[in-house]
Amino acid sequence: MTITHADGRQGPPAVPGGPDADPGSASARGSHDRRDRGGPWSSRTAAWAFLAPVIAYLGAFYAYPLYRNADLSLRHYTVRSFVQGDAPFSGWDNFHQVVRDATFATALRNTFVFTLASILFQYGIGLALAVFFNRNFRLAPTLRALFLIPWLLPLIVSASTWSWMLNSESGVVNYALHLMGFGKVDWLTSPSWALTSVIIANIWIGIPFNLVILYSGLQTIPAELYEAASLDGANTWQQFRRITFPLLRPVSAITVLLGLIYTLKVFDLIWIMTRGGPGDASSTLATWSYRLGFGSLLPAFGPGAAVGNILILIALLFGLLYIQVQRRQSR
Amino acid sequence: MRLTRTALAAVAVCTALAGAAACGGSGGAPGNSADAGTYTFWDPYPQFDGSSAWAKLVGTCGTRAGVTVKRTAYDTTDLGNKALLAAQQGNAPDVMLVDNPVVSTLVDAGILNKMTEVGVPTGSIQQNIIGAGVVGGAPYGVPIGANTLALYYNKNVLAAAHVDPASVTTWDALTAALRKVKAVGRKGITFSAIGTEEGSFQFLPWFWGAKGDLTHLDDADGQAALSLWKDWVDQGLAPNDVLNNTQTTSWQEFATGQYAFGENGTWQLANAKKAGFPYGVIAIPARDGGAAPAPTGGEFVTVPVQKDTARYATSAKIVSCLTSDANLLSTDTTLSYVAPTQSVQNQQTSAAAELKPWVEAVAAARGRTSDGLGTRYPVISQQLWGAVQAALSGSKSPASALEAAQKAAANHQS
Repeated sequence: MTITHADGRQGPPAVPGGPDADPGSASARGSHDRRDRGGPWSSRTAAWAFLAPVIAYLGAFYAYPLYRNADLSLRHYTVRSFVQGDAPFSGWDNFHQVVRDATFATALRNTFVFTLASILFQYGIGLALAVFFNRNFRLAPTLRALFLIPWLLPLIVSASTWSWMLNSESGVVNYALHLMGFGKVDWLTSPSWALTSVIIANIWIGIPFNLVILYSGLQTIPAELYEAASLDGANTWQQFRRITFPLLRPVSAITVLLGLIYTLKVFDLIWIMTRGGPGDASSTLATWSYRLGFGSLLPAFGPGAAVGNILILIALLFGLLYIQVQRRQSR
Repeated sequence: MRLTRTALAAVAVCTALAGAAACGGSGGAPGNSADAGTYTFWDPYPQFDGSSAWAKLVGTCGTRAGVTVKRTAYDTTDLGNKALLAAQQGNAPDVMLVDNPVVSTLVDAGILNKMTEVGVPTGSIQQNIIGAGVVGGAPYGVPIGANTLALYYNKNVLAAAHVDPASVTTWDALTAALRKVKAVGRKGITFSAIGTEEGSFQFLPWFWGAKGDLTHLDDADGQAALSLWKDWVDQGLAPNDVLNNTQTTSWQEFATGQYAFGENGTWQLANAKKAGFPYGVIAIPARDGGAAPAPTGGEFVTVPVQKDTARYATSAKIVSCLTSDANLLSTDTTLSYVAPTQSVQNQQTSAAAELKPWVEAVAAARGRTSDGLGTRYPVISQQLWGAVQAALSGSKSPASALEAAQKAAANHQS
């Protein structure tokens, strides 16, 4: 998609046409692309040659896996037919099976709660911090760098650390609550707290991403606007409300959308902290898909792939919604 | 607009990646070369590098069979799926060591040979140990060794609570002991009830100890076992975090020295010596006394199906070499496993007396996929650990959790 776009803007570099170019083919091409005025045959070939690696790459690493995933979800796989590759086509059976499963409603609800709560807090806290650091006080760069730590840590490290901190018997969080006179909370092992715990950890991990993008967005807002506003007597809140927030809207939109995609597919964090448990209390579509496909000794590839495809469709839906909003804005 | 398109492309790419990775497309695995002089060998022991005694033994067995063995070690949870993918691509290894409950799944996939077909005798192996690898009456592998679960106890804690470990022979006696321990301010028992196969593995001795039946999860015996665990957690005799404990984190809890009992496996023996307090081992008690059957753990040596059947003769030589008495003794000593044959077990116990309770526990143990359960076990097990999680976390009562589990296992479409 990006490729055709870039290509359309710049076009292949024109090579000086040789006199021996085949006039027949040149005119035929001319009808397709008027900018390619009778250039030699080699220019078109070169363009395709430049495109070939990208097309091969996209095909091998994106199109084929997607096709395979769709194929897996539409066939009735057993371990035997997986090995022999002769699984019968079963239409929507796998989808019917997962949608009727008791876990489906829970996983779907958890996915939305997890995603929306994470995005809301990540964006809110990220924006507040970005505005704060935009004042450029002393030590601001150092502090900002410190806030990036969650982003730099490998996910297995941060997830395991959260899991230790939230341990109901020996975790530091319960110890702190105890010192403050509260009773212990079974963060990871109570059905009513498990989802909240993984959301808290995910918010912490997502703040730096929001902070960095929104901060760079703030840098592009001209300082004169604020000067003019303060001359007009606008207070800080009004400046934020009337200048910062509206001018940040394009950046905000992309931040929230990317956050949405990242968060919908979060798997490792939840898996490490709770395995989606207790029961299904913190299962999302992503962890459920993994559990179906790889979580037991007998893999259920078909239903696992079906859940994965549902997840892809949801993400696609949000992507289309975003484009719609963008179109309306640019009009 | 340019930003939009780029973003959409990024979105498409992200989701495609996530979906494909999470749902398993095809993945290549280094497989066997057609080279007649090189035989591939997979095992789930990444902790042993090329210089380890195990790796050297594998190499020596190859040399004795007149070939070079190329060994690759995978993480144990990974090996089953790796094997399925490799078989799909037609490049399964010549010899493969797999976790015992995976054997029946691989047999179901049609990628393992019967031991009788490749000519490896299995007569000297204890029946209950090889049981996990027997499908339709025929063994599909040779166990390299066995491990199982028992109760480790902390002598200091039991002494402080005036509990005699020899008296812990029934569930009631165990619960009474835990109460005494709690009364003196120490902690009772720790185990792993996590929502994975490990959780089922740890629950099975109690389930079987109540004469529970895996094909009828919700009968009164199964409920009794689950209620036992639930009462312990509710009364604070077992910590709440057992729900999230793997067997390793459960061991770490026991190793703090605060707990009276820890349910754990043979493989922790080496760590027990380093724990810094005197420990002992007793069999897990059955509800009404005696040792409860615990599930067998440990790996099987298997010979996956090859296009070139002429390779089996050499593969069989490698298998026989790895499972010869002398080699079993050294391998099982390294792995801290109990040998699968009587004669090697005798050698083990005469060399190390502390293995005695473990040899007895293994003799009473049961394969998870034994008794014709085969590939029904993974389905049942998944429902079982789900029920344990639901009951211990309080979202369902033991009875209704097991009822739902039984219903789901029975309705499962294979």
